Amino acid sequence: MQDSLYKYLLRLGDNSLILGQRLGEWCGHGPALEEDIALTNIALDLIGQSTQLLEYAGSLAPEKKSADELAFLRDAPEFLNVILVELPNEDYAFTIARQFIFSAYLDLLYLKLMSSKDIQLRAIAAKSSKELGYHYKHSRDWIVRLGDGTELSHDKIQHAINTIWTYSGELFEDDKIEVELTEKGIACLNSGLLAEWKVRVEDCFNEATLTIPEEQWMQTGGRTGKHSEHLGFILSDMQFLQRAYPGNEW
Amino acid sequence: MVNKESILTESEVWDILREVEDPEIPVLSVVDMGVIREVVLSDNRVKVSITPTYSGCPAMKTIEEDIREILNEQSFDAVEVVTVLAPAWTTDWMSEEGKEKLRVYGIAPPEYSTADKAKLMGIEKTVTCPRCKSKNTEMVSQFGSTACKALWKCKDCLEPFDYFKCI
Repeated sequence: MQDSLYKYLLRLGDNSLILGQRLGEWCGHGPALEEDIALTNIALDLIGQSTQLLEYAGSLAPEKKSADELAFLRDAPEFLNVILVELPNEDYAFTIARQFIFSAYLDLLYLKLMSSKDIQLRAIAAKSSKELGYHYKHSRDWIVRLGDGTELSHDKIQHAINTIWTYSGELFEDDKIEVELTEKGIACLNSGLLAEWKVRVEDCFNEATLTIPEEQWMQTGGRTGKHSEHLGFILSDMQFLQRAYPGNEW
Repeated sequence: MVNKESILTESEVWDILREVEDPEIPVLSVVDMGVIREVVLSDNRVKVSITPTYSGCPAMKTIEEDIREILNEQSFDAVEVVTVLAPAWTTDWMSEEGKEKLRVYGIAPPEYSTADKAKLMGIEKTVTCPRCKSKNTEMVSQFGSTACKALWKCKDCLEPFDYFKCI
């Protein structure tokens, strides 16, 4: 059980950590000052949530580890985030499409985890849920604004959604880890969130005059450590200091 | 170990904590912010529980160190500062005095209680401009200069201002 919870927390923590790192790349490059600030604020929330999740995971590891050790001293195959979050930012439309797909999912997940039987996970979820409400609203507003905006903004956001769609399926996968923890009342099945997520997507896309991509084959692998080539590049950037000066403290 | 009496009472410790400023909003003390959850004294040891406003709030580390520093100036045998996550921090815990200090400083304080259902429906209440008191204001961005604030502007005096958003 402890091993399952450890891996489950890594999955959650790594999703937030890697997406937070990605969003941080927008710092100083946002399309408008307000968006520069918004994306980096969201990045900060995600990295904060990830710190709490990884700290908790580290306390369950066979040899206790700190959140920093888990973030900076693991290699790509040991990261258990979905591929979606490690994809390059591309343009602003792509970043927003990913942010909407991810926030709509994570917001639903945290709402469920707020009633987890695990006290610490429940506390982290309750805290994070307040922040996710704002993330979800932010990305949803932008999907509508871009989709129902000019012909150019509509085409760009539709193109981004079509490109990224194949990476959305991995969010709703379950394996024996989720099944075991759900039976114990600690976690919930990702597949159980799909219907509600689809309602959110349909509702938003209707308002934004966008089309939901057709059913298709979904990319998979990140949750078991099989990543795209992009993760290695993120880690070489993110982990540079600890690799070059092991144990160095700020 | 012989039980000895603490050199300070609990309320004296709270008074000392009122001198610790929020590093990002220096007009507010950590007590005004509602960040201090508990003060426990035993055997001349003090334990202070704090809770983060936002998960990634970079001020928390500084707040923790500032609390430790100011309490170490007293003659406690041990000073401990711990972080608790539950119950999660809410703007409802901000003191009325704190809200008034924010307004005078030029930041619009949280306008309603989080128990207010309007928030769940995504309806933002009117935020009053902290400078000219006009209610003719609009939101520019949900995200502002720090994690806890949104950016608004006043359509009468035309000044942009920070709004401390409700969570």
